[in-house]
Amino acid sequence: MENNLVNRRNFLKYTGLSGTALVLGISNSNAAVVTADTVETGHALFLQPTQPNLGLNLTPYVIIEKTGKITIFNTKPEIGQGTYQSIPALIAEELELLPEQYTVLQTGGETKFGPMQMSGGSMSVRLNYNELRKVGASAREMLLLAASQQWNVPASECYAEKAKVVHKPSGKSIGYGDLVETAAKLEVPKNPTLKDTKDFNILGKSVKRQDIPLKVSGQAVFGIDADVPNMVYASIEHCPVFGGKLTNYDKTATMNVAGVEQVVEVERVFGVYQSTGVAVIAKNYWAALKGRKVLKVVWDYQGNEKFNSETYAQSLRDMAKNEGIIDANVGDFDKAFGESVKKIEAFYETPFVAHSPMEAMNCTAHWKENNTLEIWTSTQVPSDVMRDIPTRFGLKPEDVTLHTAFSGGGFGRRLAIDFIVEAVGLAKTLKKPVKMIWTREDDTQLGPFRPPTFSALKGGISEEGKLMAFQHKVISPTIMSFLMPNVDKTKVDETMVEGISHQAYEIPNMRNSFVYADIHIPMFWWRSVTSSTLAFSHECFMDELAHAAGKDPMAFRLEMLTKDSDTKRVLQKLKEVSNWDKPLPKGKGRGVAQYEFFAGLGGQVIEVTKLSDNSVKIDKVYAVIDLGTVVNPDTVKAQVEGAVVMGVTAAIKNGITFANGKTVQSNFHDTPVLRINESPPVEVHILANGGSKIKGVGEPGLPPVAPALANAIFAATGIRLRKMPFDLDNLG
Amino acid sequence: MKEYTLNINNKKIQVEADPDTPLLWVIRDYAGLKGTKFGCGMGLCGACTVHLNGQAIRSCQTPISSLKATSKITTIEGISTNIDHDVQKAWIQEQVPQCGYCQSGQIMSAVALLKINPKPTDEDIDTYMAGNICRCGTYERIRKAIHVASNEMKKK
Repeated sequence: MENNLVNRRNFLKYTGLSGTALVLGISNSNAAVVTADTVETGHALFLQPTQPNLGLNLTPYVIIEKTGKITIFNTKPEIGQGTYQSIPALIAEELELLPEQYTVLQTGGETKFGPMQMSGGSMSVRLNYNELRKVGASAREMLLLAASQQWNVPASECYAEKAKVVHKPSGKSIGYGDLVETAAKLEVPKNPTLKDTKDFNILGKSVKRQDIPLKVSGQAVFGIDADVPNMVYASIEHCPVFGGKLTNYDKTATMNVAGVEQVVEVERVFGVYQSTGVAVIAKNYWAALKGRKVLKVVWDYQGNEKFNSETYAQSLRDMAKNEGIIDANVGDFDKAFGESVKKIEAFYETPFVAHSPMEAMNCTAHWKENNTLEIWTSTQVPSDVMRDIPTRFGLKPEDVTLHTAFSGGGFGRRLAIDFIVEAVGLAKTLKKPVKMIWTREDDTQLGPFRPPTFSALKGGISEEGKLMAFQHKVISPTIMSFLMPNVDKTKVDETMVEGISHQAYEIPNMRNSFVYADIHIPMFWWRSVTSSTLAFSHECFMDELAHAAGKDPMAFRLEMLTKDSDTKRVLQKLKEVSNWDKPLPKGKGRGVAQYEFFAGLGGQVIEVTKLSDNSVKIDKVYAVIDLGTVVNPDTVKAQVEGAVVMGVTAAIKNGITFANGKTVQSNFHDTPVLRINESPPVEVHILANGGSKIKGVGEPGLPPVAPALANAIFAATGIRLRKMPFDLDNLG
Repeated sequence: MKEYTLNINNKKIQVEADPDTPLLWVIRDYAGLKGTKFGCGMGLCGACTVHLNGQAIRSCQTPISSLKATSKITTIEGISTNIDHDVQKAWIQEQVPQCGYCQSGQIMSAVALLKINPKPTDEDIDTYMAGNICRCGTYERIRKAIHVASNEMKKK
């Protein structure tokens, strides 16, 4: 696969604004031949208004212009996780560039940049580490050869450094821009030599992120900042009851609001979920909001107004009796459980939650008279947008331009494009540029939400205090039923049992299963997906088992890890950095948890202080993340710090509930997120052994938070929490 | 619709708007200064924080009709010309932002805090900054950066 990509790498001579340029990239299968005729300035202008027009928009990832200007394209949208720095850095390192020697541009889902222009699943670095380094290395080798030809010296006497090639014996040097014309005539090396990791200048170092100066000065352009001449603003009234239908509406009062121009219907589509809303179009956003307030809409709730989350939770509890579809069956669980000296059972529950990124969903779209479309938005999935929108609206892909902005948070929410479909729908109706902004209330109430997972667990302990039998049955609605029309419900939905059968613990008899539940409310991936709830039940129950076995929870876990494993190393590191074996003063407690899942592996020890018989305070979080290889240690730390804060929010703050078919919560007052005064100190340790196995960064810091906290609370107070969220001030 | 004159970042601007239009949308869509962000519309998150005569206010809760032509409004774009305010420099040094969306508001609050309390304790910071939400969870770095800025400002 890798070689194939390198072989297909394209190189071409580009005649553009600054003459010949060296252009390198990985082409995808549909674009073996790259054309160089697309000139697009809006792209550059949108992401970074301060930079001069680049005027280029090509398949390749690197452009070296004759002027010496170097541009690296980033295909992984920056949503806070640092890809604006880390992805171009993979190329820059091999190309011998310093961070200040290149400009970064975000791609917009153009076919030529490949089908994986997306940020999600903690995938960006781990899946591109080698390929992008090869892009940079190829360019470096071509520039070295070009210099040696221009100077008529052996290439072996030359080396690259800081965007220049240096001739070692004479000390003379030449900038990359002056080598472009010669390099343009060379073959692209098929197997470039990668740098030795010990020679890295950028990779593995805490290099400052290039987006941060923009973000401390108000210059970073987010989707909501799109400014298109003559645009109007839209606010959409959606059916408050999920599954309801629009009957009719009366716009009389709305049209009397100064600034309101039009009221139109608009479709929202999220996978198989579809709803019609009513949009108020106005000269300014405030007028759109005021017009929406006095809009009279009649909905047909279709019976969905009877839905409420407590009844739903009871139905999930009832379904726990059902036989689950087997996810893993090791040994003989029934026999081993029957023979166990100590048998324990527990039931765990988790809530619905909203993503609540600080930038509410929004999108600006312009359907022009010539039936071309321009979109400005914050999205995690430029490729998906460009796959979906042209087809959905009957346009040719080449007639659609997407400008991917910085995202004011993603957390999985911006992997969905429902709000983009809405804005484009409005643009098509209005035939003028329209900026559609969801209010915070829309963003909180409309979903898609993280699904709740309920867990029925059983464990059997032997006389020696060993875990002999283990069972984890998950009961939950599934995300997939919204993404695909016909989910095969005879098979386990792997995404809903994430990790439960793949922890490193050596358990002789284990039977895990899944019970499907239905729901009509849209569900979606939320940072660390189902691991964010399953780790809670799985690792709290491990704690219960440890106590049942009369063992220290850390020792109990390590005893189940006789073989060498990443999990074992994570726990050992946690034990060391948290001084696990040093007893805490009375009234304090510590808890441990780890979780390995698709994105990677993290573990935490949390310390709490008992304030009263049923309240605690979080003192400290020790976090370990296992990566293998690290691109930017400071970014990794930041991601883990942030994941802990988000994990604590999910553990202790109100999630989302439903009553009469509607979302109960509406804004940060009733579905709060952690604030600075509640934010515990986090000490992050990175395990990076430099191996070839690279793990994800953005998500693994989250799943261990809730179980480590609940386990710490048990250690401090004796209260066992089996339902998220828990109120630290009133543990009940 | 009414005509208003505002002073934003020492620049006079004339605006025709409804009296109840929040300053937030005036700053963003009339004055074209996009650094100030919409977060919640209820004064709960602090993303829209700007200064009114040096004091931090939530611009989403400030109707344009409550402002005088002499009121000095300062936004993130107005605190420095070269990203060189001590608070901005501290934010860069500590690599505070992740997604960055809330950070204009965080910085405007921090600048206002340091004006009234040049040497804040962790507790002072927690109390003052509790109105600014960061969903990415950059709080520890914010705390650290405020101390860094405070030390830098003291040297001057």
